[in-house]
Amino acid sequence: MSDRLSVAKTYKLYIGGAFPRSESGRSYPVKDARGTFLANAAQGSRKDVRDAVVAARKAFPGWSGATAYNRGQVLYRVAELLEGRREQFVAETAASEGVAAKKAQSTVDAAIDRWVWYAGWPDKVASVLGASNPVAGPYFSFSVPEPTGVVGVLAPQASSLLGLVSVLAPVIATGNTAVVVTSQDRPLAAITLSEVLATSDVPGGVVNIVTGRTAELAPWLASHADVNALDLAGAPESMRAELEGAAADTVKRVLRAKGAEPDWTVQPDVSRLRAFLETKTVWHPIGV
Amino acid sequence: MWEYAPAPESRDIANLKPSYRMFVDGEFVEGAGEPLKTVNPATEEVLAEVSTAGREDVDAAVKAARRAYDRVWGRMPGAERAKYIYRIARMIAERARELAVLESLDNGKPIKESRDVDVPTASAHFFYHAGWADKLAYAGLGPDPRPLGVAGQVIPWNFPLLMAAWKIAPALACGNTVVLKPAETTPLTALVLAEIIQQAELPPGVVNILPGAGDVGAELVSHNGIDKVAFTGSTEVGKLIQRSLAGRGRKLTLELGGKAANVVFDDAPLDQAVEGIVNGIFFNQGHVCCAGSRLLVQESVADEVVEKLHARISTLRVGDPLDKNTDVGAINSGEQLARITSLVEAGEQEGAEKWVSPCPLPEKGFYFAPTVFSGVSQAMRIAREEIFGPVLSVLTFRTPDEAVAKANNTPYGLSAGIWTDKGSRILWMADKLRAGVVWANTFNRFDPTAPFGGYQESGFGREGGRAGLEAYLDV
Repeated sequence: MSDRLSVAKTYKLYIGGAFPRSESGRSYPVKDARGTFLANAAQGSRKDVRDAVVAARKAFPGWSGATAYNRGQVLYRVAELLEGRREQFVAETAASEGVAAKKAQSTVDAAIDRWVWYAGWPDKVASVLGASNPVAGPYFSFSVPEPTGVVGVLAPQASSLLGLVSVLAPVIATGNTAVVVTSQDRPLAAITLSEVLATSDVPGGVVNIVTGRTAELAPWLASHADVNALDLAGAPESMRAELEGAAADTVKRVLRAKGAEPDWTVQPDVSRLRAFLETKTVWHPIGV
Repeated sequence: MWEYAPAPESRDIANLKPSYRMFVDGEFVEGAGEPLKTVNPATEEVLAEVSTAGREDVDAAVKAARRAYDRVWGRMPGAERAKYIYRIARMIAERARELAVLESLDNGKPIKESRDVDVPTASAHFFYHAGWADKLAYAGLGPDPRPLGVAGQVIPWNFPLLMAAWKIAPALACGNTVVLKPAETTPLTALVLAEIIQQAELPPGVVNILPGAGDVGAELVSHNGIDKVAFTGSTEVGKLIQRSLAGRGRKLTLELGGKAANVVFDDAPLDQAVEGIVNGIFFNQGHVCCAGSRLLVQESVADEVVEKLHARISTLRVGDPLDKNTDVGAINSGEQLARITSLVEAGEQEGAEKWVSPCPLPEKGFYFAPTVFSGVSQAMRIAREEIFGPVLSVLTFRTPDEAVAKANNTPYGLSAGIWTDKGSRILWMADKLRAGVVWANTFNRFDPTAPFGGYQESGFGREGGRAGLEAYLDV
């Protein structure tokens, strides 16, 4: 044991590429699985959510307009940086989720590999989900998938890193921008991820991360008129219907959660990529 | 302008019957609801009496659909399902002329449109989807995508038969059974489709058709026995449905309203553009969710385009829907006519400059002369709200960026049009416009192979193409 006192980190929000404290000035204690104090996290407010939505909207044209190759490279770079922070994520995962070091290692490895998997998708979704439409007339018609816009993500409550990566990566791989409300009781991995994103090439505002009380923040995200879609992955079961109802006021796309939190180690299919894509069909006459 | 002698289709071809009944579990039966009288909007005369569904009828239809799903349709090999759906496609084509005349009688749309667009496209939708029934594994939605079960479908009055086809064909191809509610003012062709379905020997209960008003639709979409809701109609009702289904885990697709921008650049072939603008807003009397109702013209050609538009629109013949020369038919109902009239008044009050086609209008029936508003600003109601009638609002822009900003300045996002001779600009615009369908140098084209549906408050889910199958599969 060293006598040296370690330098503790202040965990903050991540909005528009910056790390503000909550405008509300509130924080809440984050504890490990045994109830031991780990850190204070910012307790985000309605205003923080709205600032995050503004940042996400502002980042949308640039991110959705970037070439698919570029988005793939930027996301792959994130995986490289995640690898560099592996030990930190393992420690946070072990503490937050109350699992042994070996289990925490395999979870972090799976999260990094999941990110790599999604990093390969941006330049493939259009080929896989798009189409050339053989219409019955002298027209060239094609359909391309396009990002839905600003996606509100309620991150999984239990799986603080692998679950978060599994829901966030497909949202931004497809060109959307995200406002993430983290796991309420296990927010530390998400905040560390935000530090990774800030030092990666992901433009500020593409991912915005708000920590705090899910029940307080989620309704503001669900009812915000400039949010186009909502992922209910981490919504408490008791709130899901209410949030889905609030989302209807602006016809948001809602990715529902079924039952308890799924096993995030299962290899995903393309359904999360499809969830936040629109199909655009373009027509032009053919002739001389 | 040439004078045309009237060339009406004979209404006898429609085989109009004095009364029509609901179609439940393979039989035509009386409904417990108050019968409705469907009216020819061109003459305001009653065409036929139609039985409507009561609460217990909705329940019976859903139960019949469930039985058919569990016992027959859900487990039938796709190749067999396909052959039933092909039969329907062929029989629609065989009875095309009858269906077209009936559609024009009940809806008010010109016979040339029901004949050349509605009916053939309806047949094509069944034909296209029939072929998918045994090929779903190739749709990119997994190796063995499963149907959802019973679909409750509610359709509007603007394309009565075609919307029924858009809903029923993919549902059946994917292995679902259906309870469909046609619109209150246009139930007839859906009930002839039911006859076709019966003649095609589709197993009883696979398709059930329940005429009625909004209360029947509300009862259907909220019924506990269905697994999927598909709705085409207003954004207002779509939001109500989405809200009412919150937390119920039921798959939902919505095809809602629109306020499409039709963007004309100064290098566009203007005569061709004018034809496209006219088609974009006056096709089907403007009763089209994807109608090009906001014309955005580059300032340098705005006067010329508006002048050409007035000249061209003045030649449109408004009148008897059954006349093969008619360009613009009757407004579907008195209620819709009142809504159009009130929005046009709002346009005048807000200071837009109104021009009305000098065309003569029939003395009886619901008609509205083609109307163009110039000098429209983005804040006006006629630039923001869906009019769903033959009313065009003209706005101007200077730069492509401004055109994009104005085009996208709407909570809707169903369709958009681009007119320019410059290929790179078409592709740039098509990329920037936030709309589900973008027509470049054309407008209002539909095909079963081409996915159709909206962004934002124009709804979610697609109809047509590979993308449209997702709406009816458990994926």
